[in-house]
Amino acid sequence: MTTFLQQLVNGISLGSIYALIALGYTMVYGVLRLINFAHGDVYMLGAYAGYYLSRKLKGDEPSLASALLVMLGAMLTCALVGVIIERFAYRPVRRAARLTLLIMAIGVSLFIENAAQLVFGPDPKFFPSLAPRADFRVGGVRLTSEQLTVIAVSFLLMLLLRFFILKTRTGKAMRAVSFYLDTAKLMGISTDKIIAITFALGSALAAAAGVLIGMQIPKIDPLMGILYGLKAFVAAVLGGIGNVPGAVIGGLLIGTSEVMVVGYLSSTFRDAIAFGILILVLLLRPQGILGRAQKEKV
Amino acid sequence: MKGFLLAIVFVAVLFLGNSLLTGGLVPGFSVSPYFLQVVSLAGINIILAVSLNLINGFTGQFSIGHAGFMAIGAYVSAYVTATFGDRIRGAVGMLPPAFQNSVLLLIALGIGAACAAVAGFLVGVPSLRLRGDYLAIVTLGFGEIIRVFILNIDAVGGARGFSGIPRLANFAWIYLFAGATILVVSRIVRSSFGRTLVAIREDEIAAEAMGVNTTRSKVISFVVSSAMAGVAGGLFAHYLMYVHTNSFTFIKSFEIIIMIVIGGLGSITGSVLGAVLYIVLTEGLRQFAQYRMVLFSLLLIVIMIVRPQGILGHRELWSFFPRRRRVEPVPPAIAG
Amino acid sequence: MKSRVLRAGLLIAAVVAFPIACRRGGGDEILVGEYGSLTGTTATFGQSTNNAIQMAFDEINSAGGLLGKKVRVAVEDDQSKPEEAATAVTKLINQNHVVAMLGEVSSSRSLAAAPICQANGVPMISPSSTNPRVTQVGDYIFRVCFIDPFQAEVGARIAWEILKVKKVAILSDVRNDYSVGLQTFFRQHFKGFGGEIVAEQSYSEGDSDFRAQLTQIKSANPEAIYVPGYYTEVATIARQARELGIAVPLIGGDGWDSPRLWEIGGEALNGCYFSNHYSVDDPSPAVQKFVADYKKRYNQTPDALAALGYDAARILADAMKRAGTTKGDKVRNALLATKDFPGVTGTITINKERNAVKPAVVLKIENGKFVYMTTVKPTGT
Repeated sequence: MTTFLQQLVNGISLGSIYALIALGYTMVYGVLRLINFAHGDVYMLGAYAGYYLSRKLKGDEPSLASALLVMLGAMLTCALVGVIIERFAYRPVRRAARLTLLIMAIGVSLFIENAAQLVFGPDPKFFPSLAPRADFRVGGVRLTSEQLTVIAVSFLLMLLLRFFILKTRTGKAMRAVSFYLDTAKLMGISTDKIIAITFALGSALAAAAGVLIGMQIPKIDPLMGILYGLKAFVAAVLGGIGNVPGAVIGGLLIGTSEVMVVGYLSSTFRDAIAFGILILVLLLRPQGILGRAQKEKV
Repeated sequence: MKGFLLAIVFVAVLFLGNSLLTGGLVPGFSVSPYFLQVVSLAGINIILAVSLNLINGFTGQFSIGHAGFMAIGAYVSAYVTATFGDRIRGAVGMLPPAFQNSVLLLIALGIGAACAAVAGFLVGVPSLRLRGDYLAIVTLGFGEIIRVFILNIDAVGGARGFSGIPRLANFAWIYLFAGATILVVSRIVRSSFGRTLVAIREDEIAAEAMGVNTTRSKVISFVVSSAMAGVAGGLFAHYLMYVHTNSFTFIKSFEIIIMIVIGGLGSITGSVLGAVLYIVLTEGLRQFAQYRMVLFSLLLIVIMIVRPQGILGHRELWSFFPRRRRVEPVPPAIAG
Repeated sequence: MKSRVLRAGLLIAAVVAFPIACRRGGGDEILVGEYGSLTGTTATFGQSTNNAIQMAFDEINSAGGLLGKKVRVAVEDDQSKPEEAATAVTKLINQNHVVAMLGEVSSSRSLAAAPICQANGVPMISPSSTNPRVTQVGDYIFRVCFIDPFQAEVGARIAWEILKVKKVAILSDVRNDYSVGLQTFFRQHFKGFGGEIVAEQSYSEGDSDFRAQLTQIKSANPEAIYVPGYYTEVATIARQARELGIAVPLIGGDGWDSPRLWEIGGEALNGCYFSNHYSVDDPSPAVQKFVADYKKRYNQTPDALAALGYDAARILADAMKRAGTTKGDKVRNALLATKDFPGVTGTITINKERNAVKPAVVLKIENGKFVYMTTVKPTGT
């Protein structure tokens, strides 16, 4: 039983990472109906930003404060990156055919990955330890301080996001834009600004995920965003794309099922599981768990 | 009759050309094997690009799992050759060895293409009900699932790849199939079936309203396209003598997308152009290999902003060279 | 109109610019090909090997060259990927026209390249691939290291005789012939001694999260875990194992040998053991001279991959000297006849399976150092 619980813990901590990334996907899809393929790479950039920042602070003892600083720094950096991507790559083609947008997203993603390989070097790098290490034991189940941090920070950020979307004016504007862009404009909402904010928020969350993963599994490499990004996208679809709590549920579900399959079945199916779930979802219930069925307008 | 003669001449030219370039014809004259390899790989890319264009460009369905079908074609045909090669060769033992190998290659490619077509059907039927973005992701997912599945089959080498494939394909065979692919696709496109595909691309709901069985048409074009990708895969395997699933990841699918986008979605000659340009740039920039993908992705971004229809857009190369002056269209009765 | 001509011109120019000049060995030099993982997940393998090969040939060149000519190495990076290894080797043979091939460390990549070398009659020497199937590809393929059935036996002995444990779990890399081979042979040997394999889990090269597998292993209560993988994953596995509360020692093979192992794994690796080809602490004068020369030139301590690369290069040169030519078939015969060659990784004789019969060393990891424990000779010698 403890093994199962331990695997559950493993799954939740992995799933929280997917959830954080999935939030960015779901928000951007909500406002732009665009699958931002480059989102996974923003997550990677966040991890690298965290890496370089933490090396700058190297002399200091690992402490909670320095960890927080690194994360905030990475989040700010990636928020900026997200806004730049939106402004220069997506905005020019916003009105174009869906196919063009999709190809553009692929292009941006490929560009970031390959530029990262060039700039950072293709070999994996290893995150230095940031926060002081401690292990917790509950029953027979082991939790590292990093795993606890991942779960705690993820939930905190998700709660903050939910508050932001539901209770603030900007959040309301975001929801309006995701409903109907043109009408939102008529209501006096500066859609460009809202879209930029959406990208910034989503990218910041992805960056946080990147730093958290760097703390938990110290290896980072320029292509790490591809698989994590795709799985997070599946999580967003599973929960209902465009739905914020759905992204969280989706992330946790994907993370847990992945861990369970690897532990109890075979590790070779690790990556195929997420895609298998995706195909099932799209065939059986394309709107996802919490989504609403969308009628296609003529 | 004329077409048939033309085909025979084409085939003869290809095989003679192959002998010439590999030094078998004129003693002392040969082209560097590296050059030949690049040109041959370009030919395989042409098959991939043109076949993908049938789905993405002409039918407007965004599929990014093409590499999966290529993988199936590659592995199945390689398996056929490796396992049944001798038996097949024995069965046609009365023919000279070169012809034996040709028969073997054709059979292997045929079976590989058939399996790829079946896979195309299995993937297409559920997926093609979905809309643009979702279809893209699902095809991507299927491509990856196919790849992971093959990776786990030990009989075809699993993680170490499939080696020891006999070199049955060469420049001539590759361009033979490239020519065939172009012919088939252009015939399809100009037929009434092709018009339904374009109708689906332009406005699927309207096409459905006009009585087109959109799902059936989409699936048919998907299956044809997958079969051709399977042929490309088989040729790939029998040319390089070694395949590994790492060559068939979604990166490969993306590369084919880049080719048809550069050339122009919806243009067959555009795909050919895109495929050739891609391999030219790839090889030309081999010294700067790390910059290569950066440049390509940048190119993709710029093209999407500046000229999303690619070089040729929906037109074909020959539309630039009008054969004879067309009769001027009658101006509308009510002008202005 | 203009754009049309421009487009056509560009195409033609590109096609004509094609036949790129090949770098083939000229009349006054011998061109040897090398393919290795200079980048990627096993980058240190390729870099170490390459360093040592360059050093070996530079020494040969400054001592007068080989057969009166200078030796030059054409290196291609395979990015730690098997299909790139195949492409690299094809290019080296077809475009650069090398007379012999050195590489690779990873058995999967050697297996990808060997058929191409065999088909072209180019002798290939793998410095460090230990999977038995590599040399079975054909009679032009050789290696200068021991093979995995033996290495796995050493691993089993570490468990049975040094650690004196009876229950071991296995965590191996399914994507990797080296790892798969080692764990198969380990299982045979360990069970043969009377031991029990209590759990078996697998991962894929490139994975970074092993907690699921480790949790399952923990529930089986092993006394040691055999992890026959490459250093990047092994180090991460060690860390995560300790985090999950698994305190038992880990055992491994020569895939652990990298300066980055400790860098990544840290204290989690204390008390772990692995089998290897040589030890830096070996007092023999040949080894110490090699270590000193390598340190002076590259400012790092040579690992086993470097030592094997060094030996491979020198054995190739020796074979060419004995054959009196660089022709493939003559060099191959000379290689087969290699007997008692004084290498830094031991006295090397190539047997008729084209493998080297050599002892292995057992190393223990203590505070960042690989401490020499003992030498195990292959049974039957």
